[in-house]
Amino acid sequence: MFEIVKREVMAGGTVILNEIDAPLIAKKAMPGQFVILKATETGERIPLTMADTDPEKGTITIIYMVVGKSTALFRDLKIGDSYMDVIGPLGAPTHLEKIGKVICVGGGTGVAVLHPITRGLKQIGNDVTCIIGARNKDLLILEDKMKAASNHFHVCTDDGSYGHHGFVTEILEKILKEEDVKLVVGIGPVPMMKAVSNITAKYQVKTMVSLNPIMIDGTGMCGGCRVSVGGKTKFACVDGPEFDGHEVDFDELILRLRAYTDEEKLSNDTYCQVINA
Amino acid sequence: MSAPNIKKEKLSRQPMPEQEAHIRAKNFDEVPIGLTKDMAIKEAQRCIQCKKPACVEGCPVGVDIPGFIRHIKEGNFTDAITKIWEKNSLPAVCGRVCPQELQCEGNCVLGKKDDPVAIGNLERFVADYERKNRKAALPAKASATGKKVAVVGSGPSGLTVASDLVLKGHDVSVFEAFHKPGGVLVYGIPEFRLPKEIVFSEVAGLESLGAKVACNNVIGRTVTLDELFEEGYEAIYIGVGAGLPTFLNIPGENLIGVFSANEYLTRSNLMKAYMFPEYDTPVIKGKNVITLGAGNVAMDAARTALRLGAESSKIVYRRSRDEVPARGAEVHHAEEEGVEFFFLTSPVKFSGNEKGRLTSMTGLKMELGEPDQSGRRRPIPVKGSEFDLACDLAIIAVGAGANPLLTRSTKGLALNKWGYIITDEKTGKTSRKGVWAGGDIVTGSATVILAMGAGRQAADSIDNYLAVGW
Repeated sequence: MFEIVKREVMAGGTVILNEIDAPLIAKKAMPGQFVILKATETGERIPLTMADTDPEKGTITIIYMVVGKSTALFRDLKIGDSYMDVIGPLGAPTHLEKIGKVICVGGGTGVAVLHPITRGLKQIGNDVTCIIGARNKDLLILEDKMKAASNHFHVCTDDGSYGHHGFVTEILEKILKEEDVKLVVGIGPVPMMKAVSNITAKYQVKTMVSLNPIMIDGTGMCGGCRVSVGGKTKFACVDGPEFDGHEVDFDELILRLRAYTDEEKLSNDTYCQVINA
Repeated sequence: MSAPNIKKEKLSRQPMPEQEAHIRAKNFDEVPIGLTKDMAIKEAQRCIQCKKPACVEGCPVGVDIPGFIRHIKEGNFTDAITKIWEKNSLPAVCGRVCPQELQCEGNCVLGKKDDPVAIGNLERFVADYERKNRKAALPAKASATGKKVAVVGSGPSGLTVASDLVLKGHDVSVFEAFHKPGGVLVYGIPEFRLPKEIVFSEVAGLESLGAKVACNNVIGRTVTLDELFEEGYEAIYIGVGAGLPTFLNIPGENLIGVFSANEYLTRSNLMKAYMFPEYDTPVIKGKNVITLGAGNVAMDAARTALRLGAESSKIVYRRSRDEVPARGAEVHHAEEEGVEFFFLTSPVKFSGNEKGRLTSMTGLKMELGEPDQSGRRRPIPVKGSEFDLACDLAIIAVGAGANPLLTRSTKGLALNKWGYIITDEKTGKTSRKGVWAGGDIVTGSATVILAMGAGRQAADSIDNYLAVGW
C-alpha cells in the first residue's frame, strides 16, 4: 500500500518529490486537491496538495520541503518503502475556466501545487503568464515544467543569483500595470500570498490563493484548519484549500501556523539527536 | 477476626473498584478497575430475576439481562457472554459507555428502594473475562449468500450492522475515513474511559468473522456511493456520525488555544498527543482550561486537560446542574478529580495576546426562565454580569452538526433542514433505494447504544431486502 515508486531530490536536498502508488486517489484527484499522509504508526497526519497524478499508472506525486520531523520522516522513505496512510483526494478542486489573461505566481514548494493548475488553465485556452521565485537559484524547482505549462515565463531570485533580482511581486505589478489581467493565482509561503493579494487588490484583479493551515482529519470534522475569509470562518479542508486572496485574513493564518512552534522544535531536535546518535 | 453475628445479610450494590481520584487525574489508565469474580457473582445474586424484566425494555438493543446475570450468578461467565452476544456485539464498549442510569438500570425494580443491579458493570465484567480467556465459541454464521454489503463508517452503528450482517452470511466491507477503525470510540472517547485496545479487539473479532475493514477511505471523496453500487454492492449502510463541530460564533474564537472538542479529543485520543513527543502530534496543554458545555464530550475534554497537566479545569455551562446532559458517573468522576463547574454561565468572547494566543474568556451570568422547546428552563442573561476567567485553553463541546461531505456528494438522499439524513424510523431506510442510514447522521449527537440500536434495525431491514427486495 502507498509504495513510493519514484523519488527525486530537488533544490539541493531540501525538497523531495515522491511518486506514490495510490490508484483510488489517482483516479479521482483534480488539480488543487490535497492528500493527507502519515509515514509511521506514531506519525502526524500531514496535508499536502498534489503536484501531479497519473490515473493510468495509479500514482500521485507530492513535492515537499523538509522543515521538521514529519517531513524528515517522509524524506527518509526510499523507493520501495511505503507511507503507512494516504487519504484523499480532499478539498475542493480548482475552478478552471477560460477567462483570458491569467498570471500564475509561485514561490518555494508552492510552485509544485501551482503546476497542475497552470497547466490546466493553459489547456483550456487561457493566455498564461507564469512568475516563479525562490531565495536563490539552487532552491528553484520545476522551472522547465512551469515554462512548458505557460505562454510567458519569468523567474526571480531574492539574491539575484538567477533571473530577475527581486521578488515575484515586482514582476507581477509591472504586468498588472501594462496588461488587462483577468485572474491571478498565487501559491507559496503565506507572506508571499499576502503580498500578491495586496498588489492585485490595488489593480482590482481577482486573485486565488491556496492555503495550507494546520489540519487533522481533512474532512471538516475538527475545525482545526479554520481560516477567516471575508469575515467568516471557513474550513480550509472542505471549503478550500483555495480562497479569494482579497478576503483571506493572512495575519491570523500566519499566527495560527505558529501554534505549535515550540513542540515542532522539540520534536525535530529529539529526532535529529536520534538519527545522529 | 470473625464477623459479628448478623441477621440475614442484605447484599448491597458492589462498588466498582477505581483508581483513586488524585492518582488517576494524572494518568490515562482506565478509571474503573473492574469487578472481581467474587464481586460479580455477589452483584449477580442481587438480581431478583423479574418475570417481566423492565431492564430489558430499557435496553435499546434488547439484551436478555436477567438471562446473562443468571449465568454469572452460577459462575458460568462464558455462557453469560454468549447470551449477551445474541443481542449486542460490543458489550465491553457498552458496559463502559452506555447511560445505564437512563436505560436498564434506570428501569431496575430494585432501584425503587435501593440501588439498582449494576448491570453495566456486570456486562463489562463478562466481556473483559471473555477477552482475557477466549473460551466462548464465536457466534454461528449462516452460509454465504454472496450478497455484498458496504458499511460506511466504523463507529458503533457501523460495527453493529457489519457484525449482524456478516453473521447472516453476507459479504460485508466496512469503509473508514480515518486511518484507524472505531469512529468516535477511537477518536472521541478517551483511553481512561474506553481503552482503545478493547475497540481494536472488537474490530479484530469482526474481521475474524469475515468482514473486511478498509481504512483511509473517505466515501464521497475516495469512492462515491454510486461507485460502490457499480462495484456490485447491493446494499449500503451510512453510519458516518455527526462529524461537524459546532462553534459559538463569538469574538476571538480563532485564537490559538480555542479548540472544538472534536479537534482536542482527536489529537489526544486518535493521534495520541498525550504521549507527545513519543507520538508526533502535539496538543496545547493548558494551565487554565475552560470547557464549554456539559455533555459526556465536555466531561471527557475537561478530564483530559487535567491529565495533560492543567492546574485548573473548569466546565462552563449556560444551564443549571439539573440540566447537565452527561452520564452521572462522568460528572461524578470529573468532580472527584477536581474539575470545577460554573453553571448558569454563558461565554461572550475570547481575548488573546499579540501572538494570537488565548488569555481569557468573558462570561455572562444567566438565570433560568420559562421552559423552552426542549422542556428545559431557558437560560436568560443577567444584564451587566460579565466577568473574566483567565484561560490559555478553551474547548468548545456544545454538540455537533451534520457533516455534509458524504451527503452533498450523493444524489437522491433526502435530508432534513439541519442536513441530517431522513430515514424510516423502523427500518433505517433512506429515500434512496438500497441505502440505509443510522446513528448520529440521522439523529444528531446521541449515544453509542442508540447508534447500535439503529444499526440493529437497519441490519434486519437490509437482510430482509437482500432476500425479498426493497
